[in-house]
Amino acid sequence: MTEMLEHRAIGADLPRRDGAEKVRGTARYADESPAERPAYCRIVQAPLARGRITGVDPAVAEASGGVLAVLTPRSPGGRGAAEQLADTSDAEYAILQDDEVHFRGQVVAVVVAETFEQARHAADLVEVTYDEQPGDTLFSAERNDLYRPEQVESGDPPDSSEGDVDAALEAGPVRIRHTYTTPMLHNNPMEPHATTALWEPDGHGGAGSLTLWDSTQSVHAVGTTVSGVLGLDPEQVRVVCPYVGGGFGSKGIPHQNVVTAGMAARAVPGRPVRLPLTRQQTFSLAGYRPPTVQRVALAADADGRLTAIANDVVEQTSRVKEFAEQTVLPARTMYAAPNRRTSTRLAALDVPIPSWMRAPGECPGMFAPEVAMDELAHELGVDPIVLRERNEPETDPDSGLPFSSRNVLACLHRGAERFGWAGRDPRPGERVHGGWRWGTGVAASVYPTSRMPVSEAEITRVDGRYVARIGAADLGTGTWTALVQIAADALEVAVDEVDVLIGDTDHPEASVAGGSTGINTWGSTLVAAAQEFRKRFGDTPADGDSARAGVPPNDAAERYAMSAYGAQFAEVAVHADTGEIRVPRLYGTFAVGRVVNPRMARSQLVGGMTMGLGMALHENSLFDPRTGHVVNHDLAEYHVPTQADVADLRADWIDEHDPHVNAMGTKGIGEIGIVGTAAAVANAVWHATGTRVRDLPVTLDAVL
Amino acid sequence: MRPFDYQAPADAGTAVAAVAARPDAAFLGGGTNLVDHLRLGVTEPGLLVDVTGLLPNGISDDGGGLRIGAGVANADLAADPRVRRHYPVLARALLSGASGQLRNMATTGGNPLQRTRCLYFQDVTTPCNKRSPGSGCAAIGGATRQHAILGASEHCIATHPSDMAVALSALDAQVEVLGPDGERTLAFGELHRLPGDAPERDTVLEHGELITAIVLPPLPVAARSDYRKVRDRASYAFALVSVAAALEITDATITDARIAFGGVAHTPWRAHRAEQALRGATPSDETFHAAAQAELADARPQDGVDGGNAFKIPLLTRTLAGTLRDLARQEA
Ligand SMILES: Cc1cc2nc3c(=O)[nH]c(=O)nc-3n(C[C@H](O)[C@H](O)[C@H](O)COP(=O)(O)OP(=O)(O)OC[C@H]3O[C@@H](n4cnc5c(N)ncnc54)[C@H](O)[C@@H]3O)c2cc1C
Ligand code: SF4
Repeated sequence: MTEMLEHRAIGADLPRRDGAEKVRGTARYADESPAERPAYCRIVQAPLARGRITGVDPAVAEASGGVLAVLTPRSPGGRGAAEQLADTSDAEYAILQDDEVHFRGQVVAVVVAETFEQARHAADLVEVTYDEQPGDTLFSAERNDLYRPEQVESGDPPDSSEGDVDAALEAGPVRIRHTYTTPMLHNNPMEPHATTALWEPDGHGGAGSLTLWDSTQSVHAVGTTVSGVLGLDPEQVRVVCPYVGGGFGSKGIPHQNVVTAGMAARAVPGRPVRLPLTRQQTFSLAGYRPPTVQRVALAADADGRLTAIANDVVEQTSRVKEFAEQTVLPARTMYAAPNRRTSTRLAALDVPIPSWMRAPGECPGMFAPEVAMDELAHELGVDPIVLRERNEPETDPDSGLPFSSRNVLACLHRGAERFGWAGRDPRPGERVHGGWRWGTGVAASVYPTSRMPVSEAEITRVDGRYVARIGAADLGTGTWTALVQIAADALEVAVDEVDVLIGDTDHPEASVAGGSTGINTWGSTLVAAAQEFRKRFGDTPADGDSARAGVPPNDAAERYAMSAYGAQFAEVAVHADTGEIRVPRLYGTFAVGRVVNPRMARSQLVGGMTMGLGMALHENSLFDPRTGHVVNHDLAEYHVPTQADVADLRADWIDEHDPHVNAMGTKGIGEIGIVGTAAAVANAVWHATGTRVRDLPVTLDAVL
Repeated sequence: MRPFDYQAPADAGTAVAAVAARPDAAFLGGGTNLVDHLRLGVTEPGLLVDVTGLLPNGISDDGGGLRIGAGVANADLAADPRVRRHYPVLARALLSGASGQLRNMATTGGNPLQRTRCLYFQDVTTPCNKRSPGSGCAAIGGATRQHAILGASEHCIATHPSDMAVALSALDAQVEVLGPDGERTLAFGELHRLPGDAPERDTVLEHGELITAIVLPPLPVAARSDYRKVRDRASYAFALVSVAAALEITDATITDARIAFGGVAHTPWRAHRAEQALRGATPSDETFHAAAQAELADARPQDGVDGGNAFKIPLLTRTLAGTLRDLARQEA
């Protein structure tokens, strides 16, 4: 058992420390970072899915007003050839290194000019010729070149098997076997990816220094990546990012834009260069959630006890770089069944590179099994919540470990009470009033709790205050405030005696804000640093006293299975004439361990649910396989929920004390809110209409 | 994006002369569509002539109808009490479009002239006959959910995106135009054209012709009218299909009907055949469905990589029937 902090500030409903600055518009984001005489960078993108660049002529662009530099590919070569990069082992970063086009939207030239408009104009004037080859872009589970990856993104094996699923399905007596699909989705944070980059050749003792003001979920990951790719010493690169206007995973792994900004800055030494991606560019350069096809099979006895659960997943990756979404994971851990199987097969295509999007894997991987469970409940004639009660595992079905805490049933029960689930008429398509067909649905959710292996924090006594430094990130999530609450409790002082500084590689190295690990990791690190500080300097430190500590390993993770859980309840109304789908109520109840700050936790959970609502009904990257690109690549056409789509949407949580996860008792809340939402909504649509839609998004034409 | 000149003349005559003199000149209204297109490279005018300061921006009574200055903002038009009372279909169509901010900027003259939202039209890396005549139509066989089922051609299957224009079509509005050769008035129903083999031309307006006003005739039937827009989310999305309808029922018989469709054709689609089927009939679900069928007999859906748009036929049928059912009830 971890030694738990006494909670004083943790759990307090503190307003954001950075709130006033943000409301007043004085908080500076990457593209607005202070810069003297900034130049502007514009990326030129390949308009074909596959081929070879036969020539790049920058002459006209170079002659255009205000142009400072045009970078072209090293091969076929010629004027403006980009610098040779030191490390291109990760193909995503091999920018302008050769003449191959791997996907539509790839960077094929880069323009730097005095003004944004000049850069943009000149970018249109760069002449690129291609030898076009037929692109292989059509994703399908029927392809004959599907392959099994070595592992999925999380590091887990791609496949798993226990017992004999096929025999159990044969035996029945009740079975569900269907194919479910989730589409390609794009993260679309409000703040598109942006970097301001400055190369100072005289910096770092004459070796040169690169400063990147980048919008990122991890300043240190950007620093490590960019220094490695450019062949610089890590000390030569500083990355600064106080604020992020959302990332949802798309700013978790550095993408091509930030490396490109570094290359552009090195082409115009001494000039800061701004590279904001356009919204359209983010659709090909900043990752996306790959489409999945999931074949789910459930078998159960007449009492509704699962005898088999399987999810065989086919999903998309890019040919140039593998990304194997861990879609298989929820089916491995959610319910007990003696016979279990999952598999992952990939289709590698000439398409942009997929990457993390909020709850990668768990989110699509929860949709299919949770709809299948709803189908099974109907087949059996039992309430969907009762079905889940009957299949609650004693220990983690995948690892066999006991749970550090597992309160999914508590979430279902409390959620049911708040929602008014009791007495629900289970029959589908039976309730019409006011010209709308009404239904309700439920789904459960899981998201793993973990801690990253690397992070460090330093605490220093400054002018009678405690100043902690850690290179953490605030994506609008509240890190600036939550870490103060944790540090204050760890130091056993009031929050107004504490400052926590984040978002800069000058601070000790912090892990990425991703996988719902931020607070778990950085908080544990701050607690360790506070303990070290008190150990060395006691309760009456002197100004200048300073201590550092790294994140402690979580030994309990070897003994316990750790996850956050949730239950979501949706009420939908489907218009009787037009099939328009509305969600008048969407309630989520979560078990996320200790909540550090209720107002920010609620905002994250509500945000996750809203994004889940978008996944259920709206979001869909319309990929045209003929051209190889997403054709609805802007926010007018890529639909996310509007205010009018979000009605009575509520999130709350149960009071959960988990002594094993970490000293704060937190489980992470960034992603659990989106997991399961789409299934709850789809299940409610079925209950309203009697039409079972297994393909997301659920649109009106499916229920006409 | 190409550099351009900008002028803001003091009167309409000068503006018309300025645009007429340069083939690459364009009028700038609220800019909510045109400026997007400049950013996207969809159009690259060499001269923008800003007409927002010179167009009439009042709404006046006009022989029992209303004269709407082309400079009137969409938001102000929707809020006008006379419009709300006598032409509710128009107020509702306006309010179903875009967002509050956009409606504050968008003008009466610019709205009907906004260009299609065809995804390929807006993406200069794909062929499009409307943007670049003769280059082909990338939408055919592509993502066609938003595309036409009526009046399309092999050269273009785009839809007209305006909600306001659907209402104006149903209301038999008139358009007043000032051109290099003077003024002319045309019926709103004649303003837009089908794509045929010249999809680059959305309307019959000649280069340099400026819309100065839109006139609504007195139209008692419009007092009981409605606009029903069906889209992929609750707000801030273009119509999959929409219906502007006005119904007059006397002694349980439909004595007059005005119907126009949005989201299904290159023009706001005035549904004359449906109107004809309704006049003299008894209001009932069968009548309403028969009216839809009469209009949609020639409808041709599109296949597409996104599943196509065949659903628009049943959707529009049901939307029309539902709208008329509600209007008929309103009357009772
Ligand atoms: C995100 C978004 C969502 C939208 N959603 C909707 C929607 O749901 N429904 C809907 O109906 N609309 C919608 N719109 C479109 C909006 O209604 C139009 O952009 C607006 O009405 C155009 O009016 P404007 O004055 O801004 O025109 P401008 O953009 O200034 O001009 C449009 C065109 O008309 C020409 N022009 C302008 N004024 C005149 C004139 N007086 N005489 C001759 N030519 C002229 C211009 O040269 C240009 O070609 C949306 C727009 C956006 C950006
Ligand atoms: S439908 Fe019309 S607007 Fe769209 S791509 Fe084809 S020609 Fe262009």
